Amino acid sequence: MELQYIWFFIVGVLLVGYLVLDGFDFGVGISLPFVSKDDTDRRVVINTIGPIWDLNETWLIVAGACLFAAFPEWYATMFSGFYLALLLILVALILRGVSFEYRHQGKSEQWKAWFDRFIFIGSALPPLLWGTAFANLIHGVPLERLENGGWIFTGNLFTLLNPYSLLGGITIMMLCFVHGLVFISLKTDGDIRERARALAVKVGLVTIVIAAAFLIWTIIEHLGSDTIVFVVVLAALAAVALIGAWLANFKGREGWAFTLHVLTMTFALLTVFMALFPNVMISSIDPAVNNMTITGASSSQMTLEFMTWVAICALPLVLAYQTWTYWIFRKRITRASIPVAAH
Amino acid sequence: MNELLDPLLLARWQFGLTTLYHFLFVPLTLGMALLVAILQTAWVRTGKVKYLELTKLFGKIFLINFAMGVVTGIVQEFQFGMNWSDYSRFVGDIFGAPLAIEGLLAFFLEATFIGVWIFGWDKLPKKIHLMSIWLTSIASIMSAYFILAANAFMQNPLGYEINAERGRAELTDIGAVLTNPVALTQFPHTIFASIMFAACVIVAVAAWHLSKKQHMETMRTALRFGLWTNIVAFAGTALSGDQLGLVMVETQPMKMAAAEGLYNTASGAEASFSLFSLGTPDGAHEIFSVRIPYLLSFLSTHTFDGTVEGINDLQREYTELYCSGGSNIACPSDGQFAPIIWVTYWAFRWMMGLGIFAALVSVVGLWLTRKNREVKPIAWKIAIWTAPVPMVASLVGWIFTEMGRQPWIVFGLMTTESGVSPGVTGLSVLISLVVFTLVYGGLAVVEYKLIIKAAKAGPPAIEVPEDGSDVDHTKLATVY
Ligand code: HDD
Ligand code: HEM
Ligand code: HEM
Repeated sequence: MELQYIWFFIVGVLLVGYLVLDGFDFGVGISLPFVSKDDTDRRVVINTIGPIWDLNETWLIVAGACLFAAFPEWYATMFSGFYLALLLILVALILRGVSFEYRHQGKSEQWKAWFDRFIFIGSALPPLLWGTAFANLIHGVPLERLENGGWIFTGNLFTLLNPYSLLGGITIMMLCFVHGLVFISLKTDGDIRERARALAVKVGLVTIVIAAAFLIWTIIEHLGSDTIVFVVVLAALAAVALIGAWLANFKGREGWAFTLHVLTMTFALLTVFMALFPNVMISSIDPAVNNMTITGASSSQMTLEFMTWVAICALPLVLAYQTWTYWIFRKRITRASIPVAAH
Repeated sequence: MNELLDPLLLARWQFGLTTLYHFLFVPLTLGMALLVAILQTAWVRTGKVKYLELTKLFGKIFLINFAMGVVTGIVQEFQFGMNWSDYSRFVGDIFGAPLAIEGLLAFFLEATFIGVWIFGWDKLPKKIHLMSIWLTSIASIMSAYFILAANAFMQNPLGYEINAERGRAELTDIGAVLTNPVALTQFPHTIFASIMFAACVIVAVAAWHLSKKQHMETMRTALRFGLWTNIVAFAGTALSGDQLGLVMVETQPMKMAAAEGLYNTASGAEASFSLFSLGTPDGAHEIFSVRIPYLLSFLSTHTFDGTVEGINDLQREYTELYCSGGSNIACPSDGQFAPIIWVTYWAFRWMMGLGIFAALVSVVGLWLTRKNREVKPIAWKIAIWTAPVPMVASLVGWIFTEMGRQPWIVFGLMTTESGVSPGVTGLSVLISLVVFTLVYGGLAVVEYKLIIKAAKAGPPAIEVPEDGSDVDHTKLATVY
């Protein structure tokens, strides 16, 4: 198998890592106003992800850098093309990051209320926009091949805001929301745990409907393609896992609900990658000529070989110490774990 | 109006501003993580509570700062693609690799263990907890190396060949990319400069408390520790800066000529170093200057009879070399190969001057505070206001390095104007420039206030049990 295809897969894995891990951070942020009644509750909720949100976000940074190294053409075209959407994502991530760190540094109600708002917006926007961006990749955007072999995106922000892609964005955001609720019920105890679980059951139903619509639409759009079998199978797996997660949650089996949710998100993203294959960006203008292919976007053999070695050496180590971190902070967080006086 | 919406100009402003802003926080992270690790080691080894107090105090300042480093770093990572997409296409094959290694080897490690350190005080044995701050520090220093290796490729491209068919540079030797002599010298220089900043912050905090006569014991320790560290770090900065000058003359002679405003090639006594100079407004002629003979020759070649090439000669040489073969992405459209002279000239001097000033303050400070002597209030004031001096030195040093490389984005291979994103409109860049300026400006105020507040609050009260057993670790962990 060509290294280029392996790297398409590795980038996919890194993005799955990002979606699954930072996905529940986003969900926790979105849930903040819905599952907490007072400041102590809110602090419990935020502390469920306190030690880990930064390392989860790093999956995005690594995925971005690997995209740059392995598919410079893809990185350059997508990031310059989706300019304003990306700007919004960056601002949202900035606000979210500083809010976690700075919220507890002040005592006044107003100070905290502002950062709570930032956490909510900073958690809701990125999954919405990333979802929209990735849905656009498989839906097709105005992309033209240049004479020098490169590609250029000729649309603007509004080309990206088509119904299909927006539905993709909402699907990802809702998935993250439920994912976060399930995570909260797994990591807390008492009232918050109950509230989060009950809400996850309700929101979960809505999410199933939205996600099903999106998956069916995706399948219809790709009916003629070579990879349609895989797309259908993966989409079906995602759907089954999502329904399974809902059932587990309904029965109060938090561990199962969370695991199945992880699988849902994994299969959902793999569906997107399969729908793309063997392209990395699909053009809405004369696709046969203008689609950006994996081979057309990739780096040289030498770079890919070197990067493969680095990834093989680094990733197992990374997974090992990150798992260890989750293990250290495995205990449930309760109102009693929050000191009375903020310092 | 068209002037205002020139995507190239706006993209340059945006990149310059956001990167300088990122580098407001990075030096403190790099330096402070290391110094906090040293302080915590001192506590674990001696059991003296004053070291624990200092670890907690400067650890808190470090964390407030760290958050800003992280959020501004994400912007950096995406900006190459957003604003410099033709550049990213051209060099991605080489330039992406160090960034990806930085992420895989350094950022993951750093982001993981910083969380362990903040929240893990009560969950881990003392020594393993200590290891987490050391790993954070080592990871941040590693990340600096890889990002500098990427930058070094832009200053002095090595280990590549041009693939004309795909119109890009391709990797031929990763070893050469990662051991670029520019990276090898920039690295210690940047790290030592960062340690200077962290040391001066420690000195300032200590001086403020000492001037108020509070936490005397603890703060005296901090003061002496900061002063000594600053002096040692300055020595490292100056020695590595000297090497950096040699490498620079080898690789980018135009930068040295521009740093000196040297128009005509000079050798020996003529290759003098100007301490101060006044020129005509266009910078083409000198009216008045104070000069040290031979020094420029020595800085550039380590000999007294060396020859330093001048701007005019280099301009002729480069025009021949890069602009003779028709249209070419290495040939600037205005044919100008010299950077903006007054920027490079003054940035170079301010970098050195401010660094020397900070080091002198530390030497005098050590002398004044020897054997517990009383010090005049004005001395405390000076110590406090010296805190930002190394930071400004670092910023102007980078302005020198990056603006001195112009008109190229990759030296001798690609001009900055040909690296800009072709599809991005001036309006989009203007919007992002305004948004970043507003968000960054607001955050700067918040961060500054929080750091001052934490510094003034001083070390946390740590109760030492009467029976001599260990302090209560559950009270040390941070909770959001
Ligand atoms: C506290 C900060 C500080 C201090 C005191 C100095 N520098 Fe510096 N210098 C930097 C902070 C810095 C920097 C910001 O960190 C730079 C920018 C790029 C780099 O690698 O380091 C830099 C760049 C830089 C360059 C440009 C390298 C290039 O463009 O390739 C040279 C030649 C020197 N330095 C030389 C010196 C010398 C001879 C010094 C003697 C005292 C000195 N620096 C003090
Ligand atoms: C943190 C320290 C750094 C600072 C303060 C800094 C500062 C600057 C400034 C002021 C400019 C604008 C120059 C001009 O357009 O006249 C610039 C340009 C640029 N720098 Fe840096 N830089 C830093 C490190 C880096 C590193 C590590 C890289 C690469 C990995 C890099 C890549 C670039 C690029 C791509 C440009 C835009 C093109 C150009 O103007 O040449 N910089 N930087
Ligand atoms: C212009 C190119 C640059 C890019 C693309 C970049 C990228 C990043 C990113 C993505 C982060 C966040 C990491 C995290 O989540 O832990 C970060 C933080 C950091 N950067 Fe940069 N950076 C640049 C310039 C520099 C330079 C020149 C240095 C040092 C010489 C540096 C040193 C650091 C360090 C030590 C951190 C971690 C500490 C902190 O977050 O404050 N960076 N950078």
